[in-house]
Amino acid sequence: MNFEFSDDQKQLRDQARRYLAEHSPSKAVRSVLEGKAPYDKALWKGLAEMGFLGVAIPEEFGGAGAGHLELCVIAEEIGRVLAPVPFASTIYLATEAIMLAGSDEQKAKWLPKIASGEAIGTLALFEGAGNPSPKGINVSVSQGAVSGTKKPVPDGAIADFAIVVARTGSTGRETDIGLFIVDLNGAGVTRKSLANIDQAHGQAEITFDKAKAEPLGAANEGWSILTRVLDRAAVLMAFEQVGGADRALEMGRDYALDRIAFGRQIGSFQAVKHLLADMYVSATLARSNCYYGAWALSTDAAELPEAAAGARISATQAFQHCAKNNNQVHGGMGFTWEFDCHLYYRRANALALALGSLSYWENQLIDRMRLRNAG
Amino acid sequence: MNFDDTPQEAAFRAEARAWIQANAPRHLEPELSEPSVGRIKLRSGDILTESKKWQKKKAEAGWACLHWPKEYGGRGASPIERVIWQQEEGVFIKLESVFLIGQGMCGPTMMAYAGEDDKKKYLPKLASGENIWCQLFSEPAAGSDVAGLRTRAERKGDDWIINGQKVWTTGAHFSDYGIVITRTDPAQPKHKGLTMFFLDMKSPGVVVKPIKQANGQAEFNEVYFTDVKIPDSQRLGKVNDGWNVSLTTLMNERMSIGARIVTGVPEMFDFCSKLMLEDGLAIDDKNVRSKLASWAVKASGLKYTSYRSISALSRGERPGPENSIGKLVSGSMLQDIAMFALDLQGAAGVLNDADAVAGAGQFQSMLLRSPATRVEGGTDEILRNIIAERVLGLPGDIRVDKDVPFNAIPTKGR
Repeated sequence: MNFEFSDDQKQLRDQARRYLAEHSPSKAVRSVLEGKAPYDKALWKGLAEMGFLGVAIPEEFGGAGAGHLELCVIAEEIGRVLAPVPFASTIYLATEAIMLAGSDEQKAKWLPKIASGEAIGTLALFEGAGNPSPKGINVSVSQGAVSGTKKPVPDGAIADFAIVVARTGSTGRETDIGLFIVDLNGAGVTRKSLANIDQAHGQAEITFDKAKAEPLGAANEGWSILTRVLDRAAVLMAFEQVGGADRALEMGRDYALDRIAFGRQIGSFQAVKHLLADMYVSATLARSNCYYGAWALSTDAAELPEAAAGARISATQAFQHCAKNNNQVHGGMGFTWEFDCHLYYRRANALALALGSLSYWENQLIDRMRLRNAG
Repeated sequence: MNFDDTPQEAAFRAEARAWIQANAPRHLEPELSEPSVGRIKLRSGDILTESKKWQKKKAEAGWACLHWPKEYGGRGASPIERVIWQQEEGVFIKLESVFLIGQGMCGPTMMAYAGEDDKKKYLPKLASGENIWCQLFSEPAAGSDVAGLRTRAERKGDDWIINGQKVWTTGAHFSDYGIVITRTDPAQPKHKGLTMFFLDMKSPGVVVKPIKQANGQAEFNEVYFTDVKIPDSQRLGKVNDGWNVSLTTLMNERMSIGARIVTGVPEMFDFCSKLMLEDGLAIDDKNVRSKLASWAVKASGLKYTSYRSISALSRGERPGPENSIGKLVSGSMLQDIAMFALDLQGAAGVLNDADAVAGAGQFQSMLLRSPATRVEGGTDEILRNIIAERVLGLPGDIRVDKDVPFNAIPTKGR
């Protein structure tokens, strides 16, 4: 058994960490958060040049042809620094959907552009409040054109194309749902940026009015493809969450060593020590669940759906736990704009909702565990 | 990132599996498969007898105390082979629980500090299960603060005379030998005046009294020493260096990783899959699902954390203090699961009669045993301190008695 990343993968992690420490300082995150730019274009270009955007894209489509373990490594580092780029929407969602269900033509058209940083993609799934469900899809497609409104769409204002989840029939069943690629710069698309709790990642409302829609995958398999995309994205995003959780824990630990009160480092008080110990525990459990998810993702194992839900829940809990207690360890300073605590707190809570809420994934996990126990 | 054995590991696994298949006490399998929180009881026989039989069989075929050197009754196996064996042994590993303290903690301490003749004399019988050992550390006034112990050992020629009392001594009532830590110089600060010995539990002056626990069982004991005489040759380590010797013992405790963690999650999942509530199956209830999912990811997190430790072992590294999380997480989880399982049963949750209650009373017994899990072998608070100090590098707790002679430390608050 080797339940650990390889030396090459660890080297890639070091490389990504060094690169991102230099090119994605919190100053850059704040710049996007404060509305000075929609995303960090220079960083996005740099990530493409480093080969990080296409790390899991096959070489024939312009990628590095490494694999999903390597992508997990990068995702963790993206999460550590809260990189203000459309990485999750483009790489975990749009790219995975195209790699899973795209035709050779679609792959050839989009994947090289993604790897080179020319095309930003996203998934247009949600339609207001609620978790992923075929019943919640009202945006519809007829005669090759999509109509209706999606919100929130991650990075929807800056994306070049979207994978749109749309209704193709009227029975309300899963088989009535299809996936479509829509050019967001084309006719019939109206976009509006929406304010959100983590403005370092934009959210948008997109209204389609008979916009041209190209089918992605078989017409009646949209929902099952979407489920697979969400599972894969869940593992990748879980790494991002673990990266964020680890950084929040480090920040809390460093501050506890640095700050003196009552004549002692506050990290010498048990109340503070135990808070930090519990953060370590949740981050460690999440990391271990993520490794299992990474194994399942990279081998396309039958265990992937259950592993993905486990990684997603564990990482969501860990990032939220570490981010909120990092604020707590920092005391009043943790609530200032100046300290970075709120950046992690925002991201933790935004990512917690990004692929459907915790309760959605709890339901998924229990359903999948039951299936396994019955089988 | 894989679950595959190396060719050598696979060969070892195949050999172990074949031997276990051919030799394990299969008739006990159904009973051993039942969930057990706390001391294992067999309906069909005596756990001590059955455990000794299985251990002896293993020892004769070279499968006992795998990582110990061959000359002391072990196999000289690698840590990873030991883990593979534990995985293959499956439920029969429960038959090892009475030997756990002796083989896991006393044995390695003897190996590090006893004389060669004593090692040859005692260790093989410990490995084969012929002798059971206990560890006499805790005292009424020395639990988490174990260095505050008061049991005295006084030098008298070539002998030592021991007087005092130990408590929470697991298995003392069926142990043949024990290692005991004593105070030999009360004029020194508390960590510096301690000395370790081993002794025959049947020595004159040793009295063992089982403690009836909150759950009605008696796994632990009080042990009284009245003028117990032992020769200096049974001293382990230098005089007044017992604290360092005890650290060897405690560090070895950590090596027993992974396979033994009981979380209660599979039992709870099974229970909720069958239990009918007013509105349907418990597992279809949103609240139940949410709790189950949270527990399930903790349990899987612990499982895969142990896999990461196994990977570290296979690279020749030792598991570090991060392994403290196993008991910390599972202890309070067991307690929460038990409470919730009873809550789901409503008023009937109070019933403890295995025939009258859903889940055969397993959660009721889990409820009553779980407080001990959170205390034994290090309280939740001590484990959090270990993580905070040794993993995260935070300052140690302030110890106002650290440099004070032991006999000058106040013994009561005001």
